[in-house]
Amino acid sequence: MNAGVGSQMNATEAATNSQAASALQVSDLHAFYGESHILHGVSFEVKRGELITLLGRNGAGRTTTLKAILGLTGKRTGSIKINSAEAIGLAPHKIARLGIGYCPEERGIFSSLSCEENLLLLPMVGKNGMSVDELYTMFPNLKERRLSQGTRLSGGEQQMLAMARILRTGADILLLDEITEGLAPVIVQTLGRVIRALKAKGFTIIMVEQNFRFAAPLADRHYVMEHGKIAAVVERHELAAKTEMLHEFLGV
Amino acid sequence: MTEIFGVPTQALWGQLMIGLVNGSFYAMLSLGLAVIFGMLNVVNFAHGAFYMMGAFFSWMLLNFLGIGYWWSLLLAPIGVALVGIVIEKTMLRWLYQLDHLYGLLLTFGIALIIEGIFRDQYGVSGQPYDLPEIFKGAFDLGFMMLPKYRAWVIVACLAICFATWFVIERTRLGSYLRAGTENPKLVQAFGINVPLMVTLTYAFGVGLAGLGGVLAAPVYQVNPLMGSNIVIVVFAVVVIGGMGSILGAILTGIALGLIEGLTKVFYPEASATVVFIIMAIVLLIRPAGLFGREK
Ligand SMILES: Nc1ncnc2c1ncn2[C@@H]1O[C@H](COP(=O)(O)OP(=O)(O)OP(=O)(O)O)[C@@H](O)[C@H]1O
Ligand SMILES: [Mg+2]
Repeated sequence: MNAGVGSQMNATEAATNSQAASALQVSDLHAFYGESHILHGVSFEVKRGELITLLGRNGAGRTTTLKAILGLTGKRTGSIKINSAEAIGLAPHKIARLGIGYCPEERGIFSSLSCEENLLLLPMVGKNGMSVDELYTMFPNLKERRLSQGTRLSGGEQQMLAMARILRTGADILLLDEITEGLAPVIVQTLGRVIRALKAKGFTIIMVEQNFRFAAPLADRHYVMEHGKIAAVVERHELAAKTEMLHEFLGV
Repeated sequence: MTEIFGVPTQALWGQLMIGLVNGSFYAMLSLGLAVIFGMLNVVNFAHGAFYMMGAFFSWMLLNFLGIGYWWSLLLAPIGVALVGIVIEKTMLRWLYQLDHLYGLLLTFGIALIIEGIFRDQYGVSGQPYDLPEIFKGAFDLGFMMLPKYRAWVIVACLAICFATWFVIERTRLGSYLRAGTENPKLVQAFGINVPLMVTLTYAFGVGLAGLGGVLAAPVYQVNPLMGSNIVIVVFAVVVIGGMGSILGAILTGIALGLIEGLTKVFYPEASATVVFIIMAIVLLIRPAGLFGREK
């Protein structure tokens, strides 16, 4: 697979936007599933064009943070600003239209849709979506398999499809939940190239990762979550100094 | 006169034709039920009441407003769909998170209320709906006479069923419906207005029942009980075909209409129960239905 990205966002435009503007600002976010209180005041901010990760052990609340941003949990309180618009009171379909693309942990490929129907399902949420041709150049396997039922695709192909379909929508903020989980090293490498290319094009990316070795070289900043809170923040340049601490938090 | 197993072929063809007419209605109603169940997770017990309502709207359009058959094919289903929208938005909406049973009970109650209103107004005797001129008479097929209106009903129902299947399985619009049936939350998180889609799906499903009622009005009499008579069989059809399977609902509906017709010829005593006997056997062998997927 090749990870070349076609022309998408004007480089200078992306550079000027990326100065100080905040793409996503989460403040004192609490979220519930029914009666259970899962997030206890999560706060973080991601500037345009930044790539951050949410790290943590199983059950720390990373997926829940993404779902709360998207409006997929039960009750939520606090503030979530997406491209400067407040999203806490919005219905999920309106939140997506603020420019968010979501790649769920379980990939969410629809089994009753063909590969191409999955790709075309998502509505446009921004201006600069990639064309289907560009996406097929980026992920050639998807072109070969475009008529196959969604769940007949291999794990790697499903992951590529889950990525490709949000790139088509023009979303400029990507929420990616454990995209490397269960994939062969070659495919993980390909995904690494894709992520790097997307970052270069000015996308804002929030990644939930178990695979720290995958995430470390890509991210500008790491947030470590524990018990539904942010327990530590590690900037890219602090990585070497704080490796010990990270290992302790992540239990590796 | 020629005979097959001691049955005159005339009678055999006649019953098969009636079976095909009934089967067409079963197909159309169970199709709507399957679509609604897939998207809303609600077993719409009011389906028969909406079918009856469609027939009555058509009768009212003709008798009160002088609006004829062709326009009522369009207007009566729209009227029924509007009633469906009100019910979905004000009542059904609150039940999606709960067990199937609640939706079933609510729609059962709604069916009783709708039927009660029409019974109160029109009693239980049927109101005749005159055939439009163009459908009077019959085609002579040589081996049997085929009344023109029955031929039209069969063709119209099959065309509508096929069109619905095509839209759901082969078009962009249908891909929203299929995806929404699988994982509505995710579809909404991608930016699609799922609550609106759910409302429109319900409106479409009950509108289809209403359209069935309009087509049925000249065949059977327009009667407040016509819905509850047919809906029991239609539920059996859906159980046999498998809840939520579009193609299954259509094929099973037609097949069971034909089987009923055949039973009337060869063993009339069983004609009212044969559908339920088949249902029991299918449930024993394939609990998810002939076309259903095991969950
Ligand atoms: N639908 C749900 N209903 C109730 N509780 C839930 C639900 N989903 C998750 N939880 C609980 O919320 C907590 C956080 O879960 P979450 O999925 O956010 O963890 P995570 O950090 O993504 O971990 P991982 O994906 O590695 O398991 C866990 O204790 C989990 O049991
Ligand atoms: Mg998770």
